[in-house]
Amino acid sequence: MDLENQQRVKDAAEKYGAENIIVILGASEAESAGLAAETVTAGDPTYAGPLAGVQLGLRVYHAVEPEVKEAVDPDVYDEQVGMMEMVLDVDAIVNEMTNIRSQYSKY
Amino acid sequence: MFPVVKAASYVLVHAPDILVNNGSTQTMERAANPNSEYLQKVRQHLRKYEDVVAYPPNQVYIGNKRPEDLWEIEQPWYQNNIPGAERYGSMGEVMPQDEFYALMKISDAFDLVRLEKGFTASVKKKLAEHRLLGREMADKLGEGVDLAEIEALIKDHHAEAMYMDGSLVGCVRRAHDRDINLSAHVMFENLVTKASGILSLVNLFKLNSIDPGSIDYVIECSEEACGDMNQRGGGNFAKAIAEVAGCVNATGSDLRGFCAAPTHALIEAAALVKAGVYKNVAIVAGGATAKLGMNGRDHVAKGIPLLEDVLGGFAVLISENDGVNPVLRTDLVGYHTVGTGSSPQAVITSLVIAPLEKGGLKITDIDKYSVEMQNPEITVPAGAGDVPAANYKMIGALGVKRNELSREDLGEFAKKHGMPGFAPTQGHIPSGVPFIGHCRDMMLEGKLQKAMIVGKGSLFLGRMTNLFDGVSIVMEKNSGKVEQETGISEEKIKAMIAQSMREFAAQLLAE
Repeated sequence: MDLENQQRVKDAAEKYGAENIIVILGASEAESAGLAAETVTAGDPTYAGPLAGVQLGLRVYHAVEPEVKEAVDPDVYDEQVGMMEMVLDVDAIVNEMTNIRSQYSKY
Repeated sequence: MFPVVKAASYVLVHAPDILVNNGSTQTMERAANPNSEYLQKVRQHLRKYEDVVAYPPNQVYIGNKRPEDLWEIEQPWYQNNIPGAERYGSMGEVMPQDEFYALMKISDAFDLVRLEKGFTASVKKKLAEHRLLGREMADKLGEGVDLAEIEALIKDHHAEAMYMDGSLVGCVRRAHDRDINLSAHVMFENLVTKASGILSLVNLFKLNSIDPGSIDYVIECSEEACGDMNQRGGGNFAKAIAEVAGCVNATGSDLRGFCAAPTHALIEAAALVKAGVYKNVAIVAGGATAKLGMNGRDHVAKGIPLLEDVLGGFAVLISENDGVNPVLRTDLVGYHTVGTGSSPQAVITSLVIAPLEKGGLKITDIDKYSVEMQNPEITVPAGAGDVPAANYKMIGALGVKRNELSREDLGEFAKKHGMPGFAPTQGHIPSGVPFIGHCRDMMLEGKLQKAMIVGKGSLFLGRMTNLFDGVSIVMEKNSGKVEQETGISEEKIKAMIAQSMREFAAQLLAE
């Protein structure tokens, strides 16, 4: 996750409270989604950005996960995500995200 | 009458020392952590020139292999170099770094580049043997200067060093003592862009027997900016490149749009020719030093060579319809608008579906889609995935949603309508344009009917807008029919003169 976005997430968590924040990711690979999820839960694994050593423990989901899909109007979801759902390796992304959440998410 | 793609050229420049000293990943690391493990390992992961020439994707880029040939070569490609590969290709070449430094010197109009005497002598000999540049260019190099002078310029005057295998051979001086836009670092970057753009144009002209004097307009579409503190991106790379390449009858301008710029340039060049404003428009772009070794950290961590070790360049000539070369369908253009939205689905619909609908075409009516053609061997280890493959999946998935393709055919879509990525990750270089040359050849050979060139750009990197951008155009085999120009044919003029003569004679007789 780039440094700019890390700062935005950090600022939002401070302003609204970490318990009130959900981060939704759109990364195209399970590995990069996992890294971003780790950054907003356990802290920046590359120790380069504002979230280095900061364990926000935020709730974090990928846009193709069932939890997100159920929360969105089906027509809007199909229009915005339908094509990518067909393209991405959804199972690998769900596995990776579930794994990170179960380890580091506090909420 | 649609304009045609009359010629295309593609060049690469092996730049290992520029990667180490000027790539932004390396310069940032050096500033933050000069003793880092990564910086200590960088040189061990550099490739030799011979390996860069023989690297299969590079052979495709310069035209010695077709993109599809890569499917027949086992990956990793860097372990399966092509035996006996040539530095020169049908559409361009892979230039070694020393010859490129010489070209930077020749491209320099303000005496900013200084090369050491011994280095100058050795490279002058090599340049004289270059298949296109020859002795005339080599003689422009001069004699060179003493190493002590170069060392002093670097130490006391902030000059940017030029190395060969880690040894100092020259420098680029700053062009102003306080203006950061004319600093040695910026001048180095801009001279690299200029010189690689010149190399692209020289290849375009000489390999296709085109008179540089026939060019009316040049559009430069790289990602750098030249100017001073009062106009940071004032320009104009286009005219500077045209000057050295001998386009005495041309003017030009720079076009920017991140990675989408080359396809914007292609469409605008086609429009200028179709409108009759100019007859011959060349689009050209040189390479970017900043992107060398951009994903180097991942490559070193995964124990693979630093594959982002080449600068890229290309040039395409758009001319009036000659009844032979493939046409650019200026009526089948796609563009991502301000209101399009940024979801991948909206992006692909605006770029791929919209132009097809204008022509009553289906997704499967396009034989080949040229998207962002990044070499996957560079992007996959960096966690960015196989970019062309992802694009083909998206286009195919839209085909399924539109009932133009069955779900079972989705797996074969990339094989049939796509190709493997083969271009270096130089930003603007891989975006749509690398296939134009192959496409032209294949259409001339009758192997392709229609292709779509798609360019996309990440505008949000400039922090002026969150918007994404992209444009596309359909390229088509020439039907061979060239419409008569509007106006009067020779036969008609003869008939009119004959009629007038008869009337005149009749009048004389009457008198």
